[in-house]
Amino acid sequence: MQYLLLIYHNEAEWAKLPPAQAEPIYGQYRALREDLQKKGKYVGGSQLKPTATATTVRIRNGKRLTTDGPFAETKEQLGGFFLIDAADLDEAMSYAARIPAASDGSIEVRPLVAQAQTAPA
Amino acid sequence: MIDLDTFHREESGRILATLIRLLGDFDLAEESLQEAYTTALQQWPVEGAPRNPRAWMISTARHKAIDRLRRNRRLQEKSNEFLRLSPAAVLPGDEMEDATFPDDRLRLIFTCCHPALDDDAQVALTLRTVCGLSTEEISRAFLVPVATMAQRLVRAKRKIREAGIPYGEPVQEDLPDRLEEVLLVLYLIFNEGYLASSGDALVRRELCAEAIRLARLLCDLLPRQPETRALLGLMLLQDSRRLARISSEGELVLLEEQDRSRWNREEIREGVACTETALRDGAAGVYALQAAIAAVHANARTANETDWKQIVRLYDVLLRVRPSPVVEVNRAVAVAMAYSIEDGLTLLDEIEARGVLQDFHLLPAARADMLRRLGRVSEALDCYRRALNLATNDVERRFLRRRIAQLST
Repeated sequence: MQYLLLIYHNEAEWAKLPPAQAEPIYGQYRALREDLQKKGKYVGGSQLKPTATATTVRIRNGKRLTTDGPFAETKEQLGGFFLIDAADLDEAMSYAARIPAASDGSIEVRPLVAQAQTAPA
Repeated sequence: MIDLDTFHREESGRILATLIRLLGDFDLAEESLQEAYTTALQQWPVEGAPRNPRAWMISTARHKAIDRLRRNRRLQEKSNEFLRLSPAAVLPGDEMEDATFPDDRLRLIFTCCHPALDDDAQVALTLRTVCGLSTEEISRAFLVPVATMAQRLVRAKRKIREAGIPYGEPVQEDLPDRLEEVLLVLYLIFNEGYLASSGDALVRRELCAEAIRLARLLCDLLPRQPETRALLGLMLLQDSRRLARISSEGELVLLEEQDRSRWNREEIREGVACTETALRDGAAGVYALQAAIAAVHANARTANETDWKQIVRLYDVLLRVRPSPVVEVNRAVAVAMAYSIEDGLTLLDEIEARGVLQDFHLLPAARADMLRRLGRVSEALDCYRRALNLATNDVERRFLRRRIAQLST
């Protein structure tokens, strides 16, 4: 099954981090990605630009409404994601726990709907 | 003739555990097992019970599941896959030995107590599948409408299926955390039965019995886990006081006022033995320490002979293992008994000054009791009334009203 690991963290704190401190953390992200790739479990992933760059689009009554900012203002912001292949939730959770942001932010683990299931019956 | 009710009680968890493994689906396993029971109800009284009823039940239910899958076109693909995986020839139950079906209950327990499910769902699912309680029984025990409980179970099973919660035991490195989760579920079940104020007394006793039964099972299936045995000891020691804890009028009786001749000696003997074994095997967690405290009480022939100093020492360790203001209140009570009431009051002052536990009725109740012992009646009354305002449990509220009435005369 594929799982999306959504990385929520405090982006203001992250932005304040001096490069000398941020660099080793990026290193941990790279190491995790390489480990996933080596095991054939890496499907995709990326860091996201801060929520200040976010735009939210909605169609209401046929009219497009565009607002500046993320879908919801929260204490922790979506800052990146991994898309992985895992045997089950336990395996997905074990990778989620290895994401550096797990120790100060939160990782939401969401299973993807399998492609076959989305096809009309 | 085998009694089907007893058989269900003792075997349904194990049978269901194996069926879920074979069929890969909780609902399909439950439904086909239900059908197999119906067949047994018709066949066994006429043809006699099979030599190995458990194996008969599993293979009959498995056939029912295959039939069901064949009937259900939407599941056709799954059915083909399942039939491919099944052994070509399925022996009739009579010729199967237990070795055909290993005990799968451990994986069922770990799946039902998976941390990705919330606590309420873990408790409900464990009682439904591992213990074989009906949805009606569980909803009665937890005082929620049947529809709510049914919905909770449906949602939990859906999450297991959709989120890919594995049907299996955790990997070795996760075992301590996952076992802790299982023990918590057992203790929640026990406490619901032990502490609940209202609801069907019979159902509540059943919850305690189920929690104890599960702890025993877990000790058998996962030996060398002393904290499990400690929890078994703790539950047995608490359960031993069940009859003395509530008076014939349904009123709460405090530990020091309980008729100790009504304590269950057999449960105390076993509970103390479990606790000692667990401690010797290195258990040092919250259950082991609480069991040790319960054992000190159990070993005192009268309330006055209680070794309160030992209890204070055990609370000291418990506070180091898991700091908690509630435990601090209990420790203050023990200090009042072991040393002086004034010392106990000072400790309660400190807790209160920190502003924690403002909604916790046992804090003013403990203070009221100490003031009462000191003969400071009007202050005691004041605290009992504060406690009464905060208490939600009917039995406890009646107890507090009784105390107020006694002091007011």
